[in-house]
Amino acid sequence: MTISRRNVLLGGAGLAGASALPGFTGGAFAQSVPQYKPEPGASLRMLRWSPFIKAEEEAWLANTKKFTEATGVEVRIDKESWEDIRPKAAVAANVGSGPDIVWVWFDDAQQYPDKLMDVTDLATALGGKYGGWYPGNEAYAKANGRFIAFPLATIGNAICYRDSWVKDAGFSQFPNDTKGLLELGKALKAKNHPMGFTLGHGVGDGNNFCHWVLWSHGGKMVDDKSKVVINSPETVAALRYARELYQTFIPGTESWLDVNNNRAFLAGEISVTANGVSLYYAAKNDPKLADMAKDIKTTNMPVGPGGPAELTQTTSACIFKYTKYPQAALAYMSFMFDAPQMNAWIQGSSGYCCQTLKAFASNPIWTSDPNHAPYAKASELLRPNGYSGPLGPQSAAAMADWIVVDMVAEAATGQRTPEEAAKRAEMRASRIYRG
Amino acid sequence: MADIAAPGARARSRSWWSGIGQGRHVLGLLFLLPAAVFLLLFLTYPLGLGVWLGFTDTRIGRDGVFVGLENYELLWIDSVFWLAVFNTLLYTTGASILKFGLGLWLALLLNQHLPFKAFFRAVVLLPWVVPTVLSAIAFWWIFDAQFSILSWALIKLGLIDQNINFLGDSTNARASVIAANVWRGIPFVAISLLAGLQTIPPSLHEAATLDGASGWQRFRYITLPMLSPIIAVVMTFSVLFTFTDFQLIYVLTRGGPLNATHLMATLSFQRAIPGGQLGEGAAIAVAMIPFLLAAILFSYFGLQRRKWQQGGGD
Repeated sequence: MTISRRNVLLGGAGLAGASALPGFTGGAFAQSVPQYKPEPGASLRMLRWSPFIKAEEEAWLANTKKFTEATGVEVRIDKESWEDIRPKAAVAANVGSGPDIVWVWFDDAQQYPDKLMDVTDLATALGGKYGGWYPGNEAYAKANGRFIAFPLATIGNAICYRDSWVKDAGFSQFPNDTKGLLELGKALKAKNHPMGFTLGHGVGDGNNFCHWVLWSHGGKMVDDKSKVVINSPETVAALRYARELYQTFIPGTESWLDVNNNRAFLAGEISVTANGVSLYYAAKNDPKLADMAKDIKTTNMPVGPGGPAELTQTTSACIFKYTKYPQAALAYMSFMFDAPQMNAWIQGSSGYCCQTLKAFASNPIWTSDPNHAPYAKASELLRPNGYSGPLGPQSAAAMADWIVVDMVAEAATGQRTPEEAAKRAEMRASRIYRG
Repeated sequence: MADIAAPGARARSRSWWSGIGQGRHVLGLLFLLPAAVFLLLFLTYPLGLGVWLGFTDTRIGRDGVFVGLENYELLWIDSVFWLAVFNTLLYTTGASILKFGLGLWLALLLNQHLPFKAFFRAVVLLPWVVPTVLSAIAFWWIFDAQFSILSWALIKLGLIDQNINFLGDSTNARASVIAANVWRGIPFVAISLLAGLQTIPPSLHEAATLDGASGWQRFRYITLPMLSPIIAVVMTFSVLFTFTDFQLIYVLTRGGPLNATHLMATLSFQRAIPGGQLGEGAAIAVAMIPFLLAAILFSYFGLQRRKWQQGGGD
């Protein structure tokens, strides 16, 4: 697999104006989307992750109902906890039977590209019609230059903070660089309102934070040719920063899994963390936390010398080759990505699911609440796992083995010096990226 | 019983079918068949497949090729693997010793004439009855970095002034997961040993008491030897359960902090499924077999000792 990620970098600069791109009228990018005629008597099964936002699921189901009414194709939708999708999809790929469509995470699709239907025609047409795919999402969905999945959504990650406490610490607004974040952390700690970022084996939050630490300082796991380059001065600088920042945290963050920062934040134990928009909604939907909800503000992760880059969570919808009804599956995906349906779905997700097609950046959800704004940029800021090498089994294995998370946690907690932690990560990564 | 399937005039005159029906060996094999098929299908085949996968470079979604011992060679130089081996041994040894000591103590207490004896015996079983994942989630709260009831209580009592970092510090995390495993495993040991205790004839204790034996002497020279076969079996099972533990770790720490609580079972899963390296994951699982065999052999020799205790020769 040789997906060059150079275009990811090149694309990044031009993305700021994404929302200004031609909208749903098509404009200069307008391109006709192929029409698919479902096979007679077709029915589909789709496996998705259990929703984090109820209205998101309801919108998807309502869209599906419309599809069934229009085509007569029944779609059964099964749900699994988000971490169980990976084994289920892997079994389906290995056995050659199971759901027709699966919503997978990260580089899952890259692990079994030859078991997935080539959907290049439709994906390219959709990209043409709706202003193009964001490069990061596209990279996750492509193998050998062909689309093997539809980039479905980016689950944004952003700083969530208590505005009054940040002001109380002497900051009129949230700092937008890494240096400022450290200063803020110290000031907040002095006021007894520490920050807290996940350093444990939390698949979402742990990976997000630790990759941000690494990338924001210019460190990376491998170069374009998959050569392990993690033991670099940039990485060591990132780890030194992590060590300093950690000392402003609430104790115990190295044991945190995905839920812990939510709990600590909602209990008023921490002033700043990074999370999906669901944290804000957890406070907003709880009458007892009304005051806190008003005090919560969100912003993008501060930018360091390495520039803005975030891992976030990405999900793609892939159609397995074994499906008996490929035309119906394509018709379904085409229908769901069509503007009325896609807009309704993005709207329903309240900022949790960020669009993968640039035209949808003008969805009103992003301006309906100022706290949604940072999440609108999720796809734009997205940098694929295993940067800047290709996506594939090795990048997936390196993430699953927690190499970046362990390295940052080792250095942050002082169990290893930054130099030792970087060296150890290099050894572990070389094992995976051998040959 | 005479072997009625032996060659003879009467047997020969019968039909082939009734021959089978009455043939002791054939019929025996027939009765064995369902169990044998079951074992082959659900035990031997998966085990064989696992061993085979360990010698291949199979990944999720891609069939592997035979690579000999490569997976094992790579594990040999993998410090995370060795850390997991160390953790597994520490976890198994620590938890098993505690479970045995506390379980035996509890069994001896429950064997006394207590008021509400039946009630207490039922209560003791509770940790064993609750699904592991549920009790693990309860422990997750108990060990929470911010909201631990233990930290809270100790702070209120004025014994400590900040929360205990249960799952964040390597040593604390190991102790915490062992404590959770001990809590869950004690009922099995206690109730099984209690059953063993009740098979010891009271007359032996009475006779010893009449001879002036002290409580300790009765325990040392009557209870313990009579109980040792049960102890061997119970502890073998306990060691096997502990060695292969997965759920508790997966819920509490995912192997963290810094892989300090990664067991071989959790590492095997992590490498095979989220990591996609089925071959390597299988190799880690296969590497558990020698340890498990050692535990079973230990039990086997423990059982041999029983014969010797009862006056039989080896």
